[in-house]
Amino acid sequence: MSDTIYSINGPVVTVANTRSFSMMEMVFVGEKELMGEVISMTDEKTVIQVYESTTGLKVGEPVKGSGTLLSAQLGPGMLRNIFDGIERPLREIEAKQGAFIQAGEHIDALDGEKKWDVTVTVKVGDMVEGGTVFATTPETSLIVHKCMVPPNIKGKVIRVADDGAYSVNASIITIEDDDGQHIDLTMAQRWPIRAPRPVKQRKALSIPLITGQRVVDTLFPIAKGGAAAIPGGFGAGKTMMQHQLAKWCDADIIVYVGCGERGNEMTQVLEEFSELIDPKSGKPLLDRTVLIANTSNMPVAAREASIYTGVAIAEYYRDMGYHVAMMADSTSRWAEALREISGRLEEMPAEEGFPAYLPSRIAQFYERAGYVETLNGNEASVTLIGAVSPAGGDFSEPVTQNTKRFVRCFWALDKSLAYARHYPSVNWNQSYSEYKDDLNRWFRKNVAADFISVRDTLSRILHEENELNEIVKLIGADVLPEDQKLTLEIAKLIRVGFLQQNAFHAEDTYVPLEKQYKMAKLILYLQNQCKPLIAKHIPVSLIAATGIFDKLVKIKYEIKNSEIAKLDDYNRLIDEALASVH
Amino acid sequence: MSVQYLGLNELNGSLVALDHVQGISNEEMVSIECKDGTTRNGRVVYLEADKAMVQVFEGSSGLSLTNTKTRFLGHPMELACSKEMLGRTFNGAGRPIDGAGEVYADKFLDINGSPINPVSRRYPRNCITTGISAIDGLNSLIRGQKLPIFSGSGLPHDKLAAQIVRQAKLAGDDEQAFGVVFGAMGVKHDVAEYFKRSFEETGVMERVVMFVNLANDPIIERTLTPLCALTAAEYLAFEHNMHILVILTDMTSYCEALREFSSSKGEIPGRKGYPGYLYSNLATIYERAGMIEGASGSVTQIPILTMPNDDITHPVPDLTGYITEGQIVLDRSLDANGIYPPIGVLSSLSRLMKDGIGEGLTRKDHQDVANQLFACYAAVQDARSLASVIGEDELSDMDKQYLKFGDLFEHVFIGQGFKRRSINQTLNLGWALLSQLPIEALDRLDPALIKENYHPTQGKRIIELEENGGQ
Repeated sequence: MSDTIYSINGPVVTVANTRSFSMMEMVFVGEKELMGEVISMTDEKTVIQVYESTTGLKVGEPVKGSGTLLSAQLGPGMLRNIFDGIERPLREIEAKQGAFIQAGEHIDALDGEKKWDVTVTVKVGDMVEGGTVFATTPETSLIVHKCMVPPNIKGKVIRVADDGAYSVNASIITIEDDDGQHIDLTMAQRWPIRAPRPVKQRKALSIPLITGQRVVDTLFPIAKGGAAAIPGGFGAGKTMMQHQLAKWCDADIIVYVGCGERGNEMTQVLEEFSELIDPKSGKPLLDRTVLIANTSNMPVAAREASIYTGVAIAEYYRDMGYHVAMMADSTSRWAEALREISGRLEEMPAEEGFPAYLPSRIAQFYERAGYVETLNGNEASVTLIGAVSPAGGDFSEPVTQNTKRFVRCFWALDKSLAYARHYPSVNWNQSYSEYKDDLNRWFRKNVAADFISVRDTLSRILHEENELNEIVKLIGADVLPEDQKLTLEIAKLIRVGFLQQNAFHAEDTYVPLEKQYKMAKLILYLQNQCKPLIAKHIPVSLIAATGIFDKLVKIKYEIKNSEIAKLDDYNRLIDEALASVH
Repeated sequence: MSVQYLGLNELNGSLVALDHVQGISNEEMVSIECKDGTTRNGRVVYLEADKAMVQVFEGSSGLSLTNTKTRFLGHPMELACSKEMLGRTFNGAGRPIDGAGEVYADKFLDINGSPINPVSRRYPRNCITTGISAIDGLNSLIRGQKLPIFSGSGLPHDKLAAQIVRQAKLAGDDEQAFGVVFGAMGVKHDVAEYFKRSFEETGVMERVVMFVNLANDPIIERTLTPLCALTAAEYLAFEHNMHILVILTDMTSYCEALREFSSSKGEIPGRKGYPGYLYSNLATIYERAGMIEGASGSVTQIPILTMPNDDITHPVPDLTGYITEGQIVLDRSLDANGIYPPIGVLSSLSRLMKDGIGEGLTRKDHQDVANQLFACYAAVQDARSLASVIGEDELSDMDKQYLKFGDLFEHVFIGQGFKRRSINQTLNLGWALLSQLPIEALDRLDPALIKENYHPTQGKRIIELEENGGQ
């Protein structure tokens, strides 16, 4: 007897009295074969969440199992592409359906027609196991796609195809496993999105992900393989910051997941990334990017899946030996999707209506970040950066709080900074990075021996300013002693001249570490040189009148990234300016 | 002929249940004939085996378990669309109420719409000149954007919306292609009248489609009003290539209707009793703005919402802000000072501004002027809060200058009244105001740009001209 729909409630559909499905199995619902997933089972009732609109569905329509878990198709052709939350290619959907997305479309993630230029890298008789690279193909101008033996397969190669052009579904090699079974391997493989892909071992984090953003790299660095959260109310600049990181961070591959966010933003990413040129390789940024767009008005269950689809793709590229960074904008929308589905299932709610399993789901997601030795012996990483959109900008809500427990880098965006158009609006008092200590060695070795002390001094001055501001609020800045006034001036210089960074300025949008370090150094040099003058009772206002503070503020625009040596002249400028003060 | 079911099995608020029904599809339309011969409309919201739960738009009062005949219509809720809708007035569920008869439909469209494929979107880049400095200069409205007005009770949001319609029309490149879709949800009768009158006075009434659900109309209809309005807007924009401005007021009433309905269904409430899916639900409304490949029209949305108790963290403005591309916030203290339009520029934001302005679009220095004005006005706020503690006399010279700048900025730049300013006028006035500050205060600007435009005396003249013209 075939299984049929028993009840329909929004995206949740149930089937009565059946034993034909397994937990988390992918199923096809109704005449239109809408994609869905089994999320709970009892003797009487099997509950399915449907990834597409259920308008028009009828009780009694058939439900078919697929026999596999909800999985992603992985292979060449993912880069430069844009998918929805369950990895359907949006460009192909557009070609078939026009500008509006209709339900019930089945298109494979990868184009089965396209021929790839394949070089086979194993020969007959080789022993291969999960992770072994058996063929390569240039996927884009930047990235060589390495086709790997799926993790759970092992055996002896008994046939290899000649080098040449093949489609993703063509058999490239055949292997014989221990039981004598013959297995054909193609360039594409499937992987259940909710399961982490296996690795040989996890390694300690010790290399920073360089982003070119001063407030991140210098003050709150993130490690390759780490996890970070960007919380902020609306208009605080979360998306802008995600875009900046996706554009400029030194990962090999970017997976950008637009999860329950605006449609126009995804269009913008798509346009911008095709035009923008990666400064290191001279190739379009899109060549290293996979986009997943499940905008806020697309089905909510697919939004829940989009995060996992993204991280499965990220892990797949990691297994090839690449450093991957995944941006998820925004994980709050994902959590809300969980809440919405949980509500439909009439589960007992915990805080603010979110299900009790919210923390464990968040933990499972962020734990998929890591710096690893892959099955084929390469070092590679997945870095996860999730935006969080707390309701009312209040960081005490459950998603922010639970995220905080499972990430070690927290870039808190501040609405009042954003109001004053101080971007990136990372609040230096609330943010932190626990990776700092892990990365000290790298910074000392690769940037400067005193990099750590420069950073700590910057933080200390900002912290002092924070305390002084409490006093200033009560009695005004005029009554402070001159040395404290100097601290305020220097702190202002750090805020405006260093932390503030203009994403729209050609030179300032990305700043190499060396320039970051030298800029910070100059600010501290100025402070040190001012101190003796202050001791001689020269007022800060006289020093400011020389315009030296303004000059340092404008360094970020005036010194090009290619002319960092010019920064050394500024020591002299500072000396001259201060010498003119009596 | 479809089957008629006699009687009902359960009645609860606006929900009715029918047992022993066959072949019903989810979200299907239902027509219920009452004893007195009138019909009510409804929609299937839940199906289980042979039981269907129906939401009745007009409410269930007067219905009993036996006196009705119910028919399932076999299709989801649709709106009869044609170009003849222009100039007509409908109720919240899309039925004509202006006495001019049914619309001869060119197409029947599902009011739920379908999500626009992100790859089919065209990124909005064309600035709509509204003639209002605080918007054009600092928070530009872009064609295809969704930019809500966050207001409070008693603030002039209706006047502002009407002014935008009046002045934005003049900037349209093609008069023929311009249209307004107006959706009123739970508004007072006089507010709806005000809009109607102001459309008539401006002479745009024949290009307006109105969907009106008044404060005492059924709440289920209220939840359909924006869907109908946007279906009409999409039809006109993407089938007839018109530039449609959609004004939805008041989104707070809409959300309250949703809450009322949700609690009558016994759903688990989220924040402040609003249903957990409020975000997704609002998104399906707000995301129906934009431009698509293959059609030259556009849907621009200006939803208006009143913040209960002026609280911007209330769920309705909060979730709205997360979906829309910025917000225009009206400020009660500006309003109290007699400044119109009372736009609080610091808390306002237009996310699409950066891509819709600059050389070739508005003016090369637009972004720079805006950034500097924002930064200086933010400094004004600091100076003011300091002055309130230690007194104005004790302030430093710089802070005193800021106070002066702040007053000018609010009274001249923001408080322009009902005049229309071109982009050039707005930006020149911006420079004039900045020129009243000492040159060191301009820390966001390129030195070359400052040199070219920093003219204190000339600026003073421009400001005086504006002040006199404004009186």
